[in-house]
Amino acid sequence: MIDLRELAFVYPDGTRAIDGVDLSIGRGEVVAIIGQNGSGKSTLVKHLNGLLRPTEGAVLLEGEPTLGRRVANLAARVGLVFQDPDRQIFAGRVRAEVSFGPRNLGLRGPELDAAVDEALLAVGLADAAGANPYDLGYSRRKLLALASVLAMGTPVIVLDEPTTGQDSAGITRIQGIVASLASAGRTVIAISHDMRFVAETFRRVVVMRAGRVVLDGSPAEVFGEDSWPALASTYLEPPLAARVGARLGLGSTPTEASLVEALVAARG
Amino acid sequence: MLELRGVAYRYPGYARSVLQDLDIAIDRHEIVGLVGPNEAGKSTLCLVAAGLAPASIGGTLTGSVLMDGKPIAGLPVHELAAWVGLVFQDPNTQRSGVTGTVFEEVALGSVNLGRPVAETVARTRSSLATLRIEHLADRDPMRLSGGQAQLVAIASILAMEPRLFILDEPTAQLDPEGTRLVGQALRRLAATGTALLIAEHKTDLLDGLCTRIIALDGGRVVLDGPADTALESDGLTGIGIQPPARVRLARAIKASGLRVPDELEQVAAGDRSA
Repeated sequence: MIDLRELAFVYPDGTRAIDGVDLSIGRGEVVAIIGQNGSGKSTLVKHLNGLLRPTEGAVLLEGEPTLGRRVANLAARVGLVFQDPDRQIFAGRVRAEVSFGPRNLGLRGPELDAAVDEALLAVGLADAAGANPYDLGYSRRKLLALASVLAMGTPVIVLDEPTTGQDSAGITRIQGIVASLASAGRTVIAISHDMRFVAETFRRVVVMRAGRVVLDGSPAEVFGEDSWPALASTYLEPPLAARVGARLGLGSTPTEASLVEALVAARG
Repeated sequence: MLELRGVAYRYPGYARSVLQDLDIAIDRHEIVGLVGPNEAGKSTLCLVAAGLAPASIGGTLTGSVLMDGKPIAGLPVHELAAWVGLVFQDPNTQRSGVTGTVFEEVALGSVNLGRPVAETVARTRSSLATLRIEHLADRDPMRLSGGQAQLVAIASILAMEPRLFILDEPTAQLDPEGTRLVGQALRRLAATGTALLIAEHKTDLLDGLCTRIIALDGGRVVLDGPADTALESDGLTGIGIQPPARVRLARAIKASGLRVPDELEQVAAGDRSA
């Protein structure tokens, strides 16, 4: 569904933020992209909905290059939730904010209402529909930005740092949203620095360093001991559960549940 | 050093107080972690403790906020700024918008405090070096990644060397290495006597860094105690705060009827001192 072919991107100041990435992501895949600040993660995802255009190589959506397509056209297929909600929010009411995207895609009347209600319910803002977005705290403004994109019903959803500023309930809510999008066959791509969230929520993890992909596999592979040198080269550390499992010789245990399971199995 | 006595605060135009009945005292050398669920009042407490609410943003404060025993109400901004520094949650809110390079941006606070140029330059250099962002010195502060902007925001306040340093989710946009560097910088700062108040969801960062934890829920203090016991308490989990990974893992292992292996504490101890 998404194909990046020898993608490179150079900013006007000469920074080569993406330096030759080949990556294929299929329909319904749930993929996390991790890496240091400045490794090219945000630059990469901005190519998916045409906000940035490749300097070299190509981005293909369902086999078609995005190069000739307008952002408005790509927006119907790839929804991007920004890291900073305040770059996205502009309406005076929560409901108006969430309605904007689907209305632009042509939804009207009961269909529009249903899409908006469903999105507000999913993020837990159903009771705040009449509020001014700027009366919401940061964590709820982030959820509002997510709802605005969910309401568009795009086949691909890209989340840039969805869990920042969220408490435990907020993180659990986002995990639930990712799972339900995946079971509806939609593709979810998320950038995150939260290794535990990544290990417990995504089935595939892509690690970037200096504009290139250095690891690509399941959480068990990417956080397993064989990958530690590559992770360390970009100052990433596996979740605590993975490191404790390795110390105990239990194999790769990227999540708390997998570590407990391995401990139970080891005891026989 | 900082004392809040019976503080309640209401934003302008709001009927309801966001903070209520707060009695909090923070002393020199203390590193206090401030936790709470979404909308518990953490950011508001940061604004009140920094003297920005109500002085700069309006609203109504009852009770008193004291620094070194003196009420801060009515103090001119420049006197307050020499004493307390606040790193905002969103670096875009904090950025001055009047400087052309990161170096100037980081130096600006110290310049505004009227410090000698040589001293300002030295402090600016050392703040940039502490967070390993010397390479950004000549960059345009408007053209930084989220994580870089956050480090510049922290460096800007570091360079002012406030006696009370307040940070509102200072590492939200940072990668694990950036988070570790900020933790190290804060620990060194506390060793010099600076008092720190850090609002943060990442309890793994607070674990090993903080001496004390204050938890807010619905604008009130619901827990205030030594960090090691507070971070392991059920009370924290009860208000929706994720305990540090070592605590969660130990609980999950015990819940399945197993003994917690010593290796867990060994691996976690390495993290806490990193």
